[in-house]
Amino acid sequence: MPADDTTAKRTPLYDVHRELGATIVEFAGFLMPLRYDGETAEHRAVRTEAGLFDLSHMGEIFVTGPQAAEGLDYALVGELSTVAVGRARYTMLCAPDGGVLDDLIVYRLAEEEYLVVANAANTATVRDALTERIAGRFDARVADRSDEHALIALQGPRSQEILSRFTDAALDDLKYYAWRRGRVAGTDAVIARTGYTGEDGFELFVAADDAVAVWNALAGAEGVTPAGLAARDTLRLEAGMPLYGNELTAEITPYEAGLGRVVKLSKPGDFVGRQVLSAYAETPPGRTLVGLVARGRRAPRKGYPVVASDGTTCGVVTSGAPSPTLGKPIAMAYVDSGAVGGELAVDVRGRREPVDVVDLPFYKRS
Amino acid sequence: MSVPEQLRYSEEHEWVAGLDNEDGIVTIGITAHAADALGEIVYLELHSGEGDTIEAGEPCGELESTKSVSDLYAPVSGEITAVNQAVIDEPKVINDDPYGEGWILKVRVSEEPGDLLDAESYSKLIEES
Repeated sequence: MPADDTTAKRTPLYDVHRELGATIVEFAGFLMPLRYDGETAEHRAVRTEAGLFDLSHMGEIFVTGPQAAEGLDYALVGELSTVAVGRARYTMLCAPDGGVLDDLIVYRLAEEEYLVVANAANTATVRDALTERIAGRFDARVADRSDEHALIALQGPRSQEILSRFTDAALDDLKYYAWRRGRVAGTDAVIARTGYTGEDGFELFVAADDAVAVWNALAGAEGVTPAGLAARDTLRLEAGMPLYGNELTAEITPYEAGLGRVVKLSKPGDFVGRQVLSAYAETPPGRTLVGLVARGRRAPRKGYPVVASDGTTCGVVTSGAPSPTLGKPIAMAYVDSGAVGGELAVDVRGRREPVDVVDLPFYKRS
Repeated sequence: MSVPEQLRYSEEHEWVAGLDNEDGIVTIGITAHAADALGEIVYLELHSGEGDTIEAGEPCGELESTKSVSDLYAPVSGEITAVNQAVIDEPKVINDDPYGEGWILKVRVSEEPGDLLDAESYSKLIEES
């Protein structure tokens, strides 16, 4: 249990997690639930019914003003000006040298208002970079309003059916990566059809003060299982989704991560990183992010070396875990592009465990 | 986290039962604290089997969980007289019942290192960690 003198922040749902008996860990400066009863059951609940996640640690940064769209087009690698009000887009903040500073989901709330959702560990970085790149240069304001918001996700094949019982908003015509406003359990919410689990699902932005009411309503519904960070990690790994700090870092370009499609070199005007990223787009990257499935039972873990058949190290594992859905250990790794076609193994604590390279994602919902 | 009074504990979070048994055979497992810290155990690999000897303080197996992997250390020296096949087949039993059905090895003790902790000392150790 974390010490009482920790400086880590608590989400508005901290006491609820404690009451549910969660194992609490410090993650990205927040005290977060790692698991409640068991991460495998939580993982399976999301794959078969629905899981409820507290994501209130994530950052909510608002970019507002007549030139909010132009400002984001300059600050980020995506073309946010083409996102319609009511829609959202996955994009990235890159450094001038092309390294990834964070991956983001950007929601267009109004013609002149965007919501940028950042990873908790990067909220300050994103806020500072957006401020530096937008404020002063464009007629738009950047405001970090993370503390005012809670983010609750309901993910899984039964999400729509369950959420529909608690909201007046129509959900059946709400598309993937779209959002609309509605009442959820009696409080105002932005209801977005986004997620990080590979399942259908919703992310609910609510006022911090309303978080407990929304959580308790949904957690009390039949078919809903509270799920912690451990399940969230194996769910996103199976879905082949990158995690900042693992697959994405300031030393990695979007092209190496297999996410070159998010860099919109075709958009008009300059943007931070354009010059370097255009050059990267022309040259095949020296290393490639691949999916690995272990033939044995030992799981590759973050940091383990990937070795070629001649014993030379040709890569490194970025994430790995036993996959509850596949029943086998899975991993993502950066591997020298020339070595990808050969026989590969992962050095698991001094022992070479053979692995097969597979296409990502490991799991795709039917 | 439960720390049964009658057991002895290693600093690496193994428990030992039956040190006073006349036949000299003890039962070994990992503590509830260790099982909880590991998360759900999905694979248990033992470096030795029945009839082999293990040495106190040395790794004698590995525990793989959804989140991490860690060594299993021998809390005593001696000969393995039994391996719990039930936890090899279904390692999650260790999480569900670490002091009962989740036992891992039985060992005929040749040497007890003398530094095993009682329940009170072990409780202190995990409170400080």
